[in-house]
Amino acid sequence: MADAGDRPLVYRHRLATRLWHWLNALIVIVMLMSGLMIFNAHPRLYWGQYGANADRAWLQIGASPTRGMLRIGDRSWDTTGVLGRWKDREGNVQTRAFPWWATIPSRYSLSAARRWHLAFAWLLVAGGLAFLVASLFNRHIRRDLLPRRGELAPGNIWHEIADHARLRLPAGEAARRYNILQKLSYLGVIFGLLPLLVLTGLTMSPGMNAAWPWLLDLFGGRQSARSIHFLCAAAMLLFILVHLVMVVLAGPFNEVRSMVTGWFRLPRERGR
Amino acid sequence: MISRRKAIGAIGAAGLLSGCDRIIASPTVRGVLRSAEGLTMRAQRLVTDRTALAREFGPVDLSPVFRSNGTAMPRSADYAAHLASRFADWRLVVDGLVARPLSLSLAQIGAMPARTQITRHDCVEGWSAIGQWTGVPLRLLLDRAGLRNGARYIVFHCADDFGAGKYYESIDLIDAFHPQTIMAWALNGQMLPVANGAPIRLRVERQLGYKHAKYVMRIEVVASLAAIGGGKGGYWEDSNDYEWYAGI
Repeated sequence: MADAGDRPLVYRHRLATRLWHWLNALIVIVMLMSGLMIFNAHPRLYWGQYGANADRAWLQIGASPTRGMLRIGDRSWDTTGVLGRWKDREGNVQTRAFPWWATIPSRYSLSAARRWHLAFAWLLVAGGLAFLVASLFNRHIRRDLLPRRGELAPGNIWHEIADHARLRLPAGEAARRYNILQKLSYLGVIFGLLPLLVLTGLTMSPGMNAAWPWLLDLFGGRQSARSIHFLCAAAMLLFILVHLVMVVLAGPFNEVRSMVTGWFRLPRERGR
Repeated sequence: MISRRKAIGAIGAAGLLSGCDRIIASPTVRGVLRSAEGLTMRAQRLVTDRTALAREFGPVDLSPVFRSNGTAMPRSADYAAHLASRFADWRLVVDGLVARPLSLSLAQIGAMPARTQITRHDCVEGWSAIGQWTGVPLRLLLDRAGLRNGARYIVFHCADDFGAGKYYESIDLIDAFHPQTIMAWALNGQMLPVANGAPIRLRVERQLGYKHAKYVMRIEVVASLAAIGGGKGGYWEDSNDYEWYAGI
């Protein structure tokens, strides 16, 4: 290529990062979809130690004889066709919370969803721990993810937000490193969302409650843990959607290649 | 009229998803997934002292309404007769691999030492209810009957009909001899209501609700679960592939 000289290939993602990324792409999707099926077994969320049908749910997905609805607090929305009331592949009306295309398996089965969720949870934890060890060892966290001096200054963060809002993504030398928004997102997922998902998941286990009673105190009860688990899963879904949009905006071929081979071509400086 | 793009998209999505369902239904995949249950059980037993207690709550923490689930009223004529006579002729049988088989009336069980505990009941579906349970520790019944060599599991045979047969569940000796494992005859200070399993039900506090067999008629001590029902140790385990170890 004629312009390859001013757009060098850089080795951006080490093997541990790439392996973990693709392993997680599979695991997180299975966890999200089987989790939605588990939610379908009791589509209500509560705060506190207990919560069942007679108790006040802060979030509920339900159905009337004709409509599907989502209720949060005192507000409710008509969600017919997507949540609470939808047609399955055969065209039959179903009144489960999340629709067939969003769940594993697609036909209602709490036991099958639990088998998937609780088996892949082991892979999520094992892969996450292996990644953490590798990333401490190869200095990925310190070198690539931890913010540098000045990066956390409000002015810099605001500058990045403004640039992203105008879709002016980092180019040239600046694209060698993650920008502060990327760093904070990745750190938030690795050290925030993922540990929270695992710990709130364990808090729902009656066996783990006996083993580690502090889990109940940390999250304020099993039903609070279930609510936090759901909210973290929603945040994880939001992260994935934004992540995919950014990959498309930043150049999907270059981005996917870098996560497969490790090699990333620096984008051209603006104005050249 | 559906546009061609929409039709292709729908067929593609349906193909992808039915592919997923084929993977999900494959016996090999199910076998691999099922192996996680053993891993979970061993890991939980590793980090849990075998006598570690489930959290016990105070009276202020009780659920205003304790939800009942599953059978609310067993259908059999035998059960109806027991209910009509207030369980006067009802007997709890303890047999199988025991030195001294037992047949105990409700009065005899009520005269044995009782334990009262306010604990949280967790349904596999996701909801929880807190209730106060009173009953005889299962350990005392098993000690009185005396386990014989080879005893490994305790099977609970129930009065309520499920599908073709009766409900049944099983636990191992670690949970059977746990201090909070009781045969409960009272809920929230009242004799156990029919909807919650009268006259007695199992409480096995470190596992999910479907393990807590209601309407228990017979406690059988066995060496293996292979000959019980479909061989997986419980009604939901045999009929719907729920986990036998329900600590998570």
